[in-house]
Amino acid sequence: MGGSGSRLSKELLAEYQDLTFLTKQEILLAHRRFCELLPPEHRSVEESLQMRVSLEQILSLPELKANPFKERICRVFSTSPARDSLSFEDFLDLLSVFSDTATPDIKSHYAFRIFDFDDDGTLNREDLSHLVNCLTGQGEDTRLSASEMKQLIDNILEESDIDRDGTINLSEFQHVISRSPDFARKPDPLFSCSAPLRLSCDRSHSVCPSKHPVREPFHC
Amino acid sequence: MSHRLKGRGEEGDRSGRRPSRKQAARAEGAAGRRGAQPGQKEQAGGSPRPGSPRRKQAECRRHLEPLGEQGRSSAERTSKGRRKRDGRASLKKQRAPPKTEKEVSRQEEMWKRPKKHRPPSLASSASGAECLSEEERARILEQVEDSKKLIATMRNKPWPMTKKLRELREAQEFVEKYEGVLGKGKGKRLYAYRMLVAKKWVKFKRDFDNFKTQCIPWEMKIKDIESHFGSSVASYFIFLRWMYGVNLVLFGLIFGLVIIPEVLMGVPYGSIPRKTVPRAEEEKAMDFSVLWDFEGYIKYSALFYGYYNNQRTIGWLRYRLPMAYFMVGVSVFGYSLMIVIRSMASNTQGRASDGESANFTFSFKMFTSWDYLIGNSETADNKYASITTSFKESIVDEQESNKEENIHLTRFLRVLANFLIICCLCGSGYLIYFVVKRSQEFSKMQNVSWYERNEVEIVMSLLGMFCPPLFETIAALENYHPRVGLKWQLGRIFALFLGNLYTFLLALMDDVHLKLSNEETIKNITHWTLFNYYNSSGWNESVPRPPLHPADVPRGSCWETAVGIEFMRLTVSDMLVTYITILLGDFLRACFVRFMNYCWCWDLEAGFPSYAEFDISGNVLGLIFNQGMIWMGSFYAPGLVGINVLRLLTSMYFQCWAVMSSNVPHERMFKASRSNNFYMGLLLLVLFLSLLPVAYTIMSLPPSFDCGPFSGKNRMYDVIHETIENDFPTFLGKIFAFLANPGLIIPAILLMFLAIYYLNSVSKSLSRANAQLRKKIQALRVVEKSHKSVKGRRSTAESEDTAKDASQNATQLQLTEEGTTPHPASQNQTPGKKAQDPGTSSSASGTTLPASRHLSGAQPPGVRPDSGPARSQTHPWRSASGKSALRPPH
Repeated sequence: MGGSGSRLSKELLAEYQDLTFLTKQEILLAHRRFCELLPPEHRSVEESLQMRVSLEQILSLPELKANPFKERICRVFSTSPARDSLSFEDFLDLLSVFSDTATPDIKSHYAFRIFDFDDDGTLNREDLSHLVNCLTGQGEDTRLSASEMKQLIDNILEESDIDRDGTINLSEFQHVISRSPDFARKPDPLFSCSAPLRLSCDRSHSVCPSKHPVREPFHC
Repeated sequence: MSHRLKGRGEEGDRSGRRPSRKQAARAEGAAGRRGAQPGQKEQAGGSPRPGSPRRKQAECRRHLEPLGEQGRSSAERTSKGRRKRDGRASLKKQRAPPKTEKEVSRQEEMWKRPKKHRPPSLASSASGAECLSEEERARILEQVEDSKKLIATMRNKPWPMTKKLRELREAQEFVEKYEGVLGKGKGKRLYAYRMLVAKKWVKFKRDFDNFKTQCIPWEMKIKDIESHFGSSVASYFIFLRWMYGVNLVLFGLIFGLVIIPEVLMGVPYGSIPRKTVPRAEEEKAMDFSVLWDFEGYIKYSALFYGYYNNQRTIGWLRYRLPMAYFMVGVSVFGYSLMIVIRSMASNTQGRASDGESANFTFSFKMFTSWDYLIGNSETADNKYASITTSFKESIVDEQESNKEENIHLTRFLRVLANFLIICCLCGSGYLIYFVVKRSQEFSKMQNVSWYERNEVEIVMSLLGMFCPPLFETIAALENYHPRVGLKWQLGRIFALFLGNLYTFLLALMDDVHLKLSNEETIKNITHWTLFNYYNSSGWNESVPRPPLHPADVPRGSCWETAVGIEFMRLTVSDMLVTYITILLGDFLRACFVRFMNYCWCWDLEAGFPSYAEFDISGNVLGLIFNQGMIWMGSFYAPGLVGINVLRLLTSMYFQCWAVMSSNVPHERMFKASRSNNFYMGLLLLVLFLSLLPVAYTIMSLPPSFDCGPFSGKNRMYDVIHETIENDFPTFLGKIFAFLANPGLIIPAILLMFLAIYYLNSVSKSLSRANAQLRKKIQALRVVEKSHKSVKGRRSTAESEDTAKDASQNATQLQLTEEGTTPHPASQNQTPGKKAQDPGTSSSASGTTLPASRHLSGAQPPGVRPDSGPARSQTHPWRSASGKSALRPPH
C-alpha cells in the first residue's frame, strides 16, 4: 500500500518534462489522477509506473466522457499489444499531445491517426464516413442521410485528395490542416486550446439531466 | 517504431566508412595533417565524393561493403537528413583548426575507453584508430550537437514514451560522456564550465516556466468553464483575465509613481486650500451619501487630480511630481497601445492566407470542427446538432447556391433590421444628450433628489442593459450564422456604447467650457478675498496676521476633478448594474425556473423562460467600454485604475460562479475562433477613441488655476518645457527645441509616410509572389503525383535511371512538404530564389531542384555525397514506398 502522497523521482520528472509539453505540476497531477484509477493496493510509485489501466476505466474519465473520439484516442496512444490499456507513460503521451503547447505538427500527426479508424495509414471513404458519424452524434435526428454522406465525402475528397487516389494520406491531411485559419495559432482548435483531460482536480463532474445548468443554483 | 533504430544503423554505416578515411589520412602522413590547408584536408579525409583520389576510393569500397548491408535495412531514413548532416560535417571539418600531437594522444586515451551504448560509430572507430585527428573531434562535436538537438526536440517526435525515454537517456549519456572531450587545451575547462552553465540555465528556465504557469490565475476555473460551455464562453474569461493583467500593470504604474509619492512626500491634508474640504461642505463631508457620490473627503484625496500640488519637487528625494504625473498619464496610453498591438500582432502571426480557406471548407468542417474541450454531455449534444446543421447547410449551399425568393426576403429583412437598429441608436443618443442637458440644469439648482442627481448614469446603464437584448431580437430577423451574427451584434452594441459615450463626453465638455469661462471671475474673487483679509483694518499691525485657514479660501470649480468624478461614478454604477443584471436576469431566473417548475402548469425549463445563455457579445463589449472609460478617466482620477482592478477581480469570481450556476450552454454551439482579432481590434479602436478626448483636453484647455499639479501653467504640457529648461543642461534644451521645429517634424512625417508606403508595396509584392509560388507548387504536386503513380506501377523493373528519378521525386516531396507549411521565413525566401531563375518552370524536376537545394542544405542536387554502390543500395525504398517513406512509422 504505497502512500498516494509519494512522488515521482526528480530525475524521472525532469525527463518527462523534456519529453512532453507538460509542466511539472501537470505531470504530478496526471500521476495523481492516474493513480486514482488504479486499485488501491498498486498505488505506489514503482507499481503505478508498471501498471496498466484498462480502456473502460480511462473512458469513464469525466473529461473524455463526452468526446466522440474517446475510444480512438485511447487506442492510438496505447502501447500494449492488444491496444486495450494505457500505462502511465501512454497516459502522459496523450496529455502531452493534447496540451496547449504541443506543436501543430505533432497534433496533426496524432489527429490523423485518430481519424484513421482502420489503422491502415490512409483516410479512405469508410474512415471518413465513420468520422462524420462520430461528429454528428448518435441521435437519429442528427444523422446524415446516405446521399448527404456521399455528397459530403465527395466534397472532402475533392478538396483534400490531391493525388486523386481516393484516400487522404498523412501529408495531404497535414497540408489541409495547416491551411486552417485556426490552426497555426498557438491555442489551435484542432485539439483546441488544451487537454481534453483538463487535469482538473475536482472529480465531481456530475452530469446534470439535460436542460439544467451545470450546477444547482445553490451549489456554491 | 523502429525509425530511430534504423537511423542508427545507418550511422553505423558512416562509422564503418570512417576508419577508411583515417587510414587514408595516415597514409598521407602526419605532415599533411599538420600543415594542412582545409581544402586539402577535405580532399584527403573528407566525405568520399566522386572526385576523390582513386586509391582511397578503393579503400572506401572495401569498408563500404559491410555497411551496404546495413544501409539496405535503413529503409525509413530520409535522404535529406543525411545529406544535411554530411554537408554540415564537411563544413565543420573545414573549419576545425589543426591540433597538436599531445592533445591528440590525450584524446585518444579517452577515446579508447570502453563505450557501451551510443554511437556505434565511435566504438568501432576507437577500435581501429591509433590517433585522433581534428576531424574526429569535429565528428564528436557534431554528434554531441546532434544529440543535444535530439534532446531538445524529442518531445516533437510521435513516438511512444518508452522509446522516447530510452532515446533520451542514451543521448544524455552520450552528451555527458563526450562533451568534456571537446574542449581543447586551456579552453577545456572553460568549455566544461560553459556546458555546466548551459545545463543549469536549461534547468532554471524549466523551473521558471513551471513557476510562470503556476502564476497564471484562474486556470482551473477557466478550464472548468471551457469543458462545460465550449471554448466560446471561455474566450470571454480569458479576455477578462488578460484585461486584469493589463490593469494590474497600469495600476502599478500609477500607484507607484504618482499616488504613493504624493501620499508619502507631498504636503499633508489640510495644509493648503486644494487639499482641504471647504468650510461649506465640512459638516456633511463624512456622510455616506456624500462619499458614495465621490464628494466630500474622497473628492479632496489623492484619488483625484485636484489634490495634487503644483510644487515642482516634493520631499527629500526632490521628486518631480508634476512631471511624473504627466509622464505617467502619457505612458498609461503608451503601454496600453503597445500591449494591444503586440497581442494583435502575435495573433496574426502564421496566418494562412485568407483566400485559401475557401478551398477547404468541407475539410475544415470535418477535421477541425469538434471542440475537444467539451466534457459535458449536454454541450456535446448541442455540438453534434450544430455540426450536423453546418454539414447540411454546406451541402445545400453546394447543391443549389441560389434560392431566388429567399434571397430577396432575407435581403429585405436584413435591411429592415438595420433600419430598426439605426433608429434605436439615434434614439438612445438623443435620450442621453437630453438627459445630460437636463442634469446641467439640475446641477444649478439646490435640493435635487437622488434620482435627479444620478439621472445620467441611470439612463446610460439602463440603455446598456435593455438595448442589446432588443438588438438580439431584431437580429433574429436576419438569420445569420451565429458566428456572423455575433459579429453584427458586437458591432451594433459597439455603436450603441460608443454613441452613448461620446454624447456623454460632448455634454461633459460643454460643462467644462462653462466652468472654464467662470474661472476668471472666481480667480478675481479669490485674490480679492485674500487681499482684503491681509489688508483689512482693525488688526494689530505689529503682529503679522495668521494666514487664512485653507478651508475658508474661496476656490474655483476645478473641472479636472469634476471630470474624474464623472468617470468614477460611471464606472461604479456600470459595475453595479452589471452585477444586478446578473443577479436578477440570470440567477433569480434560474432559481425561479428551477424551483417553480415543480408547481407550474407548463415545463419552465424547456418552455418559455428557460435558463439564460451566457451573453458573450454583451459581456465582452461591456468589458471593452469599461476599459475605455478607465483610459479616459485615469488622467483626471488616478484612483480609477485601482477601482477597476477591484472590479475585474470581483467580476471574475462572480461571473464564474454565475455562469456555472445559472447558465446553460448555447443552443447553437460554435467554437470561438481566435484567428480573428475582433476583440482586440475593438479594444484598439476604443483605446484610440478614448485617447482623443484626453489628448484634446491636455493640449488645448488651460488647467484650473488653483488645483492639480499643473495649476498656474498655461497648458498642461508646459511641464515638459519647464523640466527641460530647468533640469537638463542647456544644450539638451536646444536640441529639443530644434527637434520640435516644424521644419524638422514635417520631413520626418513625410519620411515615415514614405517608409510605410514602401513597406506596404514590398509586402504586397511578396504576398503576390507567395501566391504564385503556391499555385506553382500545387500544380507541380499534381503533376508529380501522377508521374509517381505511373512510376509505382512499374517499380518492379528497377534500374539506375528510375532510382535517380525516384530520388528526385523524394526531394520534390520534401520540397512540397516544406514549402507548403506556413513558415514565414521559408516562404519569404523562396520567391526570391524563384525569381532568380524564371526559366525553371520548363520541367518539373528542373523547377524543384534549385529550391530543394535551397531548402535542404547546401548540397548540389546532382552530386550526392554517397558513392555509387551506396546509392544503388538505398534507392529501393525510395522508389518503392514513395509515399509512405515520408510518413513516420506507426
